[in-house]
Amino acid sequence: MNRFATVTKHRLFWPAAALVVLLVSNLFFSADFFAIRMRDGHLYGSLIDILRGSTPLVLVALGMTLVIATAGIDLSVGSVIAIVGAVACLRISELPDQNSVSGVLAAVGVAIVVALALGLWNGILVAVVGIQPIIATLILLVAGRGIAQLITDGQIINVRSDPYRTIGAGYALTIPVAVIIAAAVVAAAVLFTRRTALGLLIESVGSSPTASRLAGIQARRLTLIVYVFSGFCAGVAGLIYSSNISSADGNNAGNLIELDAILAVVIGGTALTGGRFSIAGSVLGAVLIQALNVTIYTTGIPNNVTLLFKAVVVVVLCLAQSPTFRAKVFPKRRKTTAQPAEVAA
Amino acid sequence: MTSVTEKSQEPRVERPSVARARRYGVNSRYVPVLATLVLFGLMYGIGIANYEGFSDTQILLNIFIDNAHLLTVAVGMTFVILSGGIDLSVGAVLALGTVIAAALLRAGWSPLLVIVVVLAVGALIGAAQGAIIHFFDIQPFIATLAGLFTARGLAHLISTKSIPITDEFWQTTATERIQLGGFRISPSALVAILIAIVAALALAYTRFGRNTYAVGGNQQSAGLMGLPVGRTRIGVYLLSGLCAALGGILYSFETPTGYSLTAQGMELDAIAAVVIGGTLLTGGSGFLAGTVLGVLVLGLIQTIITFQGTLSSWWTKIVIGGLLFAFILLQRIVTRREP
Repeated sequence: MNRFATVTKHRLFWPAAALVVLLVSNLFFSADFFAIRMRDGHLYGSLIDILRGSTPLVLVALGMTLVIATAGIDLSVGSVIAIVGAVACLRISELPDQNSVSGVLAAVGVAIVVALALGLWNGILVAVVGIQPIIATLILLVAGRGIAQLITDGQIINVRSDPYRTIGAGYALTIPVAVIIAAAVVAAAVLFTRRTALGLLIESVGSSPTASRLAGIQARRLTLIVYVFSGFCAGVAGLIYSSNISSADGNNAGNLIELDAILAVVIGGTALTGGRFSIAGSVLGAVLIQALNVTIYTTGIPNNVTLLFKAVVVVVLCLAQSPTFRAKVFPKRRKTTAQPAEVAA
Repeated sequence: MTSVTEKSQEPRVERPSVARARRYGVNSRYVPVLATLVLFGLMYGIGIANYEGFSDTQILLNIFIDNAHLLTVAVGMTFVILSGGIDLSVGAVLALGTVIAAALLRAGWSPLLVIVVVLAVGALIGAAQGAIIHFFDIQPFIATLAGLFTARGLAHLISTKSIPITDEFWQTTATERIQLGGFRISPSALVAILIAIVAALALAYTRFGRNTYAVGGNQQSAGLMGLPVGRTRIGVYLLSGLCAALGGILYSFETPTGYSLTAQGMELDAIAAVVIGGTLLTGGSGFLAGTVLGVLVLGLIQTIITFQGTLSSWWTKIVIGGLLFAFILLQRIVTRREP
């Protein structure tokens, strides 16, 4: 009993349980849902598809997690995705040989530099100028789509480049390249935030920027860094997204992804008030949202009810995670472990 | 607010430092709104200097006419943000309002009944969000994001296609223009302005208004002071839902259709209007007059772009972003002394 309680209290328990329930429910609609096959040396299967499809959201949610940990928010990620895709595809379409690896690498490099610059712009507005994060990043959300359309001249740029296509749709060592890229970025982020003091410093800035500055932490520089990192993550997500469809769409690429990313972060147990974060939770949350999208698709729920279904899952999951809700609806049975009721909340 | 603080200090020894701090506090509260006003004037002046016919007062009234629904939605959003929350569902509730109105009118319901139903649905969604946020400690951002999904989902469920409104009352209200001296104004704009005035008075002079500020300032203190925190928090979301639904009705007057995809991203416009008006997103500080100015600023940006007339659709977005940036930066410099 005690061990069971320890497991259910873990902050990743409810999202993980929801993910398992969602995946298992797919069995009723396609019997070979869990089948993973080898074909031409590549792994195929619905689970692999979910994992690959979730990589842009995982990356965006990763950057968003650190931004939210500093009590900020980044609304501009969708626009960054659109701009990066536009820059990369424009450069590649101008190459004499679209299949040249060095040309594609140069294009990807330029696109990443643009993403870093956009992140820096957000960071300067928030950390140096001192504008509220939601408004500071709203500027790029609005203007960014226009910039992306300006770059593509309002058209959808299609490219035919095998090296570029590898990023989003290719395979390496039987695993999709996009998954490897996302895993590498996530691993690096975990390493830097949890094996060094960086994570602790970010959390202290999120709890109180003034107090952490007085304690000798360079709050301003840290804030700047997390926005640049968020821009970088959105940039990589933009490359994966546009490479997967081999085209840049300034208007629709990454549309509303900021809301899904914030949702993923919150499902993963990171509070929007800052000061505490869980990268594993955000990754789980992002995969969960992708699994939800795929499940809705495979179960044949009519398209116009999708949003209602999503709302129900969000509410149920957030209620399950809420300690207040559990205390009110499922009062503790054993008095020895009962804590004083949280009336103040 | 001042009378309360004075009363609580009566039995104590009056300290000059407290009095000085309070006087400074009262002054600095108005700085962000005044900054917005000055910058609005500046922008308006630039418009007059550059474009012929810009000085016509009708241009200002047209901003109200074009943004009546945004103003209504932003009024509700002001209460929510002042209480320290945020409401992402307003655009979706507005769209749901237009779809319900159009569907019921097509079914032959009387206009008055339709308006009542739409307002009731908006208030219900708002109150439900407030209750979830308050009783179960769900973050407002997430609860209202779920509200956004629910309202858009319901609107899709009713109809995925645009439903035209042919009702006579709707048609006449859409085209009606009320003469005010030499100027014309639409009934919708008049309703929106009226709502803004009533809300400003309510915020400044009623118990509910003061509770909203107190909850936004510090929820725990408000609770310890014996203020009805729960009723206030649920109240502000109810009000926001109600305003969004009313915005839906006004919007369906102007474009006589109900469509589930209208007003995408309007929640961000409303939040921007409130924040440009000098209200802090952390709650507890701000004025409704600021929100009205915020809506006017957004409308003026659109008007200037229309007067310029040569911008392609993507340049429009970039210019809006640029003007938003310039405005926020200027406001930041003007109010720099604020902590």
